[in-house]
Parts: sequence; structure tokens; C-alpha cells
Amino acid sequence: MPEVKEAAVELERVTRRFGDVVAVDNVDLRVADGEFFTLLGPSGSGKTTCLRLIAGFDLPSAGRIRLHGADVTDRPPYERNVNTVFQDYALFPHLTVGENVAYGPMIRGVARDERRRLAEEMLALVELSGLGGRKPSELSGGQRQRVALARALINRPRVLLLDEPLGALDLQLRQQMQAELKAIQQRIGITFVFVTHDQEEALTMSDRIAVFHRGRIEQMGTPAEVYEEPATEFVAGFVGTSNILRGEVARRWIGRDGVFSLRPEKVQLLAPGAAAPAGFCTATGRLRELVYAGMMSRYTVELDGGGTLVLVAQNLAASARDAAPAGAEHGRSVLLAWDPAHNRPLGAG
Amino acid sequence: MLAQFSTYLYRRPRLALALLLGPPLLWLGVAYLGALAALLVQSFFSLDHFTGQVVHRLTLATYGDLFTRANLDIVLRTAGMAAAVTLAAAVLAFPLAYYMTFRATPRARGWLYLAIVLPLWSSYLVRVYAWKLLLSKEGILSWLAAHTGTGGLLEHWLALPLVGGPSLSISTTGIFLAFLYVWLPYMILPIQAALERVPRSLLEASGDLGAPPRATFLHVTLPLVFPGVVAGSIFTFSLTLGDFIVPSVLGNSSYFIGQAVLAHQGTSGNIPLAAAFTVVPMTIMGLYLLLARKTGAFDAL
Repeated sequence: MPEVKEAAVELERVTRRFGDVVAVDNVDLRVADGEFFTLLGPSGSGKTTCLRLIAGFDLPSAGRIRLHGADVTDRPPYERNVNTVFQDYALFPHLTVGENVAYGPMIRGVARDERRRLAEEMLALVELSGLGGRKPSELSGGQRQRVALARALINRPRVLLLDEPLGALDLQLRQQMQAELKAIQQRIGITFVFVTHDQEEALTMSDRIAVFHRGRIEQMGTPAEVYEEPATEFVAGFVGTSNILRGEVARRWIGRDGVFSLRPEKVQLLAPGAAAPAGFCTATGRLRELVYAGMMSRYTVELDGGGTLVLVAQNLAASARDAAPAGAEHGRSVLLAWDPAHNRPLGAG
Repeated sequence: MLAQFSTYLYRRPRLALALLLGPPLLWLGVAYLGALAALLVQSFFSLDHFTGQVVHRLTLATYGDLFTRANLDIVLRTAGMAAAVTLAAAVLAFPLAYYMTFRATPRARGWLYLAIVLPLWSSYLVRVYAWKLLLSKEGILSWLAAHTGTGGLLEHWLALPLVGGPSLSISTTGIFLAFLYVWLPYMILPIQAALERVPRSLLEASGDLGAPPRATFLHVTLPLVFPGVVAGSIFTFSLTLGDFIVPSVLGNSSYFIGQAVLAHQGTSGNIPLAAAFTVVPMTIMGLYLLLARKTGAFDAL
């Protein structure tokens, strides 16, 4: 990241302890202005605590937090130019949708007519025109999500924080909202800091991802960097799935000592005795399991000399029998081949 | 046998419901509503003042009696007291409930709960008499006043019309204090329950949208908890309206509604007027509940 541009959000050696538990452990983070930045991790990894620290709902035990260069470490939420979309939306149940959206301007003392106009404009942005008179309880989950977004965006924050905003939606709505969020972010050009535990969501939406594990950032990078070049075993296993080759297995098939990540889709399945492409790593073994999953199939191969390797292959078969052959396939000898470039050496993590 | 019966009932949910709800509904219908209806009918009879007999003919004359100067005073005195007690209870209860919900450690909250409900476990009559002692001329309040140099102030206060009396233990102020004490838990608990139900994320959202704590309290906390305040006030208001023990222990000859009812149906045998008197708090409460319903107060009950 070029250093000329000042960071929209900057965490410097931030730690948050709850009693004996270290929820966020010495985290350094710089989010560039206008970036779609995702904090990815399993529950309890510290990503939500991190977001709450940025919003000001919680104060760090140590470290500094800066927003656009200004130190806000000790500032309350209402003195930070960030807004949050909450996981449970946190819409005010006693106010109408329009009043919810106009809450920020109302607090700032914007005149009634003006804030009504602003709210209507925001509702239009999230495609909820005309619903301003309803109560939040009369809306569907997806609509509430949009109201929460409009309510946050009406304040024109320079940074928008989103805490698993799509978690409560069903898959289809979720994918639709993913696309819309991304589109809105690009249109208004503000920084998004997005928390999710869904690695696919993180990969498809983000400019950059920070992978959290046990309060620390294991790896930070673009989606492709995080996926193709996982730095640790945790990242390799949490972002997508991976084969971890180590010890004797690594020495035998890769010819090197160490721990390596090998993505399942990088491995080709060949008939025994077939010629593998020149320079490729090869391994032999017996097919133990075949899981047919429509678009692709997943093969589990027991390697000769111990260990297993999982690979997925696009399903190119034209008939049901070819795509998902009966039990006869099991135990048959196979030859596996992959470009050695796909062997990603892993750090300790 | 039992299993067969269970299956039989399972297939006939209406019958099961009737068996379950029958007894309580019957009790409610006959004992509660029946008594209420009898009361209502009584209030439309009148007393023949020469014979002392109740005349069983429907008339509005008894209600007319209610609007004589003396009786109207009783009604206004009682309603005014109920309103004052309710207001003071709300003002006292809110900060405590707020502290319990948002500030207190779970341990401290438990102790506070105990402190609030503990008095309810002892006899209410005993507690009212305890107040008689506290408020009497030789009681701790007078002693405190004398030793803090506010004895003169107390004298002046007691000399005032309406709130005063010969001593605190025989004054409207004393009645007010005792009422406030006995009904306060009924105000704290609903408010605390309402505060407990306010999602923390709403308060955070308000702050996040730029509202300082005062604005959050005004625009989010208070509107969401107001139904709880109304629920509590229904208790304190109606309990004060109907009570006759506190004013008879701590009051003078100025009656409250409860005492008037007691006197009319007991000593003078004027059951119609006693009945008409009881209709007054019922009417007031009815109007109050109607008003309260508009605020959504019953969600918090």
C-alpha cells in the first residue's frame, strides 16, 4: 500500500483484554481510504471486538486507534466520524423507518423538512422508497438490513463499519445483498470495514482481507493473496480447504522438508501409468472416497506410504453413470499430478 | 387407562382446553365479576335515612350524594394523594432501576433485588405501624430534625394547610411518606424489567449515530421504558386509591375513599353509598388504563 495516502483506519499495537482473556492481541492494521476491508475469522477470533474498538463501543487496554490521522483512542462513539451497521440491525422499534433513517440528522439538529428529504433520498439509495412510514417490525429481514444501511450512510461517515450484516439472511438474499453492498460502496466511495466469518463472502467482496485467529492477524492481503498464498496452516484451512503435507509425506512426494499447503483443485487425477506433465510433482495411491457434488466431484485418495490427499475436479461427464460411478471405483489405483508451484510452504502461525 | 385418557384429550384439544380453563373462568366469572355486578347494582339503590333500610329501587340519588361537598373532598383528596405518590415513586424508582440494570454488578443487583422485595415479605400492617413510630413526635424523624437544626422547618411544614397536622404521624405528609414506602417496589420492578428489555445495541446505535448520552436517554431509553413506568404507576395509583389502612393509622378525621367505604357499609349501614364510593376508583382506573393503553403500556406488564 502506498504510504502517501493517509490511512482511513489505523490500529497501532492494539490490545483488548477481558479479565484473563486476550480478545485482541497486539494488532496492527492500516485500512486505506476507500478500501473495502474485511476482518475475517471464526467466532471468538477477535474480529468483532476489533470493530467495536474502532466504533468506540469498547476501549482498548493498550495501543492507539486513529481515524484519518486523528487519534480517537479515548473518544466516545458519538465523537467519531464512523457509523456502524449492526448484526441485529438495532433499529429503534418505537420509531418509523423514516425516523430511524433520519435519527442522525435529528440529533445534529437538522430541520424536520430537510431531514425528511435526506431520509427519503437514502431510502431511495437502498431501494426502499415509500416505506418511510412503516415500523421496523413490519419489514422483512432484508428490508431491515437496508434500513440499517441507510441510517448509517445518511451521516456521510468517512468509514462504515459492518458487523456480520448479512449473517441473518438466507443464502439467496445474502448473495444479492453482497453484490448491492459492494455496488453502493463503489458508488459512494467511502471506506468499508466489514466483519464476517464467511470466507466466501470475504473473498468475493473485499479489496483486502485480514484473517483473525485467537486475537491476532494471521495474514493480511488481497483475496487472491490470502487464498493462493496462505501464510499459515490456519489460513490455509479457514480460507477454502487445503491439503497440508508435512514430514514423511512431504519428503516423499514433494522432495522437501517442511509443511506445505496444496489446494485440492490444483491436483490432477490421472490413470495409473499415464504420463504426467514434465516437471510436475506426482503421487500414487488408491481412491478411497468419491463425493459427487453436482458441478464438481471431490476425491479422497489414500497415498501409498501413508497420508491422504483430497482433490476436486470439475465434473465434465455427460451421463449420470460416468459422473458418479458406483462402488467399483473405490480402491482403484490412481496417479496424481500437480505443478510444484502450488506447493505453498507454511509458516508456524 | 390414564394413557388412554391422555390420548382421548390429545385428539380433542377443545375439550382439554375447556377442562383446564373451566374452573378458573368459573371462579373469575362468579366470584369476581359476580361480586362486581352486585356492587354496581347496590350503588344504584339508596338508603332511607329515617328507617335506615336500603330501598331496592334503581335511582341515581346515591351518586348525587357522592357530589356533596364532603364526599367530593374525599374523592379529590384520595385521587390527589394517589397521583402524588405515583409521581414521587416514579421519580425515586427510575434512577435505582437504571443503576440496577446498567451499572450494578450482578452481585450488587442481586442484593438490591432482595432489598426491594424483602419488605414485601413482612406484614404490611406492621410496616405501617412502624412508620407511625418513625414519624411520631418522639420518633426518629423529629429527633433528626431537632438535632440537625431543622426542627423549626418541620414545625412550619406541619403548620401548612393540606400537608400538615399536629405531628408527622398524624398528617397528610405522613400518609404520603408511608404510601410512598409501601408501594415503591411495585414501581421499581416494572421499570427495571422494561430497562432490562432494552437491547444494548440500540443504545450503542444511538451513540454511533452521534447522540451523546443525554440525547440517547431522551430519544431511545425513555420512550422504550415509558410503558414500564406506566405499568408501575398503575400499581401505585390503584393501590393508593383503594387503601384504607395507611390513612386510618396515620391520618386525622379527613377520610380517604377506602375509609369512607368502610364507614358507610359498616357503621352507618349505607351500603349503596359505600358501593358508589368504590365505583369512583374503578372509574378513575378505567380512564387511566384507557389512557395508558395508548402509550403501549401493557406490553411491559
